[in-house]
Amino acid sequence: MLNAIAALGRRVIETIDGIGYGARFFVRLLGLMLTSLRRPRLIVDQIHFIGNRSLSIIAISGLFVGFVLGLQGYYTLQRYGSESALGLLVTLSLVRELGPVVTALLFAGRAGTSLTAEIGLMKAGEQLAAMEMMAVDPIARVLAPRFVAAVIAMPVLAAIFSAVGVIGGYIVGVQMIGVDAGAFWSQMEGGVDVFRDVGDGVIKSIVFGFICAFVAVYVGYEAKPTPEGVSRATTTTVVASSLAVLAFDFVLTALMFNT
Amino acid sequence: MTEPFVTIEKVRFGYRDRIIIEDVSMQCPRGSVTALMGGSGSGKTTLLKLIGGQLRPHSGAVRFDGKDVHALDRDGLFALRRRMGMLFQFGGLFTDLSVFDNVAFPIREHTQLPESMIRDLVLMKLQAVGLRGAAQLQPSQISGGMARRVALARAIALDPPLLMYDEPFAGLDPISLGTIAHLIRSLNDALGATSILVTHDVQETFAICDYAYVLGAGKVLAHGTPQQLAQASDLGVRQFLDGTRDGPVPFHYPGASIEQDFVRPAGSA
Repeated sequence: MLNAIAALGRRVIETIDGIGYGARFFVRLLGLMLTSLRRPRLIVDQIHFIGNRSLSIIAISGLFVGFVLGLQGYYTLQRYGSESALGLLVTLSLVRELGPVVTALLFAGRAGTSLTAEIGLMKAGEQLAAMEMMAVDPIARVLAPRFVAAVIAMPVLAAIFSAVGVIGGYIVGVQMIGVDAGAFWSQMEGGVDVFRDVGDGVIKSIVFGFICAFVAVYVGYEAKPTPEGVSRATTTTVVASSLAVLAFDFVLTALMFNT
Repeated sequence: MTEPFVTIEKVRFGYRDRIIIEDVSMQCPRGSVTALMGGSGSGKTTLLKLIGGQLRPHSGAVRFDGKDVHALDRDGLFALRRRMGMLFQFGGLFTDLSVFDNVAFPIREHTQLPESMIRDLVLMKLQAVGLRGAAQLQPSQISGGMARRVALARAIALDPPLLMYDEPFAGLDPISLGTIAHLIRSLNDALGATSILVTHDVQETFAICDYAYVLGAGKVLAHGTPQQLAQASDLGVRQFLDGTRDGPVPFHYPGASIEQDFVRPAGSA
């Protein structure tokens, strides 16, 4: 009985310790964001690595999501004779919700795992230790530029996802089904508010950028320096990022719902 | 007599209940090559990490050029590390950088030198380890022995007065091994540096070191010049130096007796 209580107490202490350590790590990364801006070359390289290489999966996924939204939207709207609002429905769905969320989920799977594996393998290969022994802080030199790059890349990728998705909805709705092109674009233009709708989506994608970037670099840095440890870390990145993105999406949506 | 460049005073270190280093003291004089020897798990790499400030001892002190390594803050420790060069067991080369950029890395990080001067410095360091011609290769394109030499060139990039080597001979073919051993001694003498060498290769180490400490179970079993150690009579030291299978370090991992494992009472399954 006493052993069980002691084990529970140890688990609680370790959990609180872990949360505290993670929070301090996050604050340290935030502080180093400004420092790493002094070396833009490192960030540009990482934006190319993280953002550019995620572009194809984001664009293709956006196109298909747009196709599906066009079909499903038309199926629902034509019941009420409102198929002319298809452009508005597709755009609001993408800009407010699907763009930031699906981009973040794809980002976690594509770029997040890549970041975690890269940092974990650098640790396993003694590269981070070598850096420390060369009096170079690996968190500032390796993690911070990747963190900043991911935070910058996420809203841009989400915008591309939404833009391509709208084109997908247009192709299906206007070109294939025959919804009026003028109605499609004018309804969208008239119904989408730049600050409330697009702005909310941008805020979401920035928050998701912080979440995915932090989880990816933190989990990679704390990975056990073994093949199994790195493998587990990459899985953890996908699971933790996805759950955190979905949970924060609910919180943000609820907060934005009243505005 | 001048003060030793590195001094370890009654250092004790462990993980939770497991003691790795127990009251170890040693000195590394300026300009010398000092070897820390011992079998696997004897605590020699841990000792190297304690000198480099990667680990903090439970008690005792490590002094580098008169400064207590573990009394320094992060900035102070990093300033100290700029005067240390370390060769990791498998090199620790940055796999996304070329051989040239690996060696240039500490110079670019810590100096504002123009690129033309960095180029000359890097090529000089690579020339010293015989790999000037491999400057543009990637780490994946060179052998393990060459990677170790590149890492050595990187470790001496800023001409540090202290060089530390963690198992520099592990996994090398005889030619590479002889090359690395020669480089350790010749670079130490050419740079006027002090070297600390963690290894369990007896012959190669005795050929190049000035003084050696033999560790076992986290303690210093013996120390002296290679000639003095070759005459050692301590059983633990002799087992390590002669490479005998059984002795103070047992062949069998501690466990239940043979009778307990194999002889079962009649009637039992």
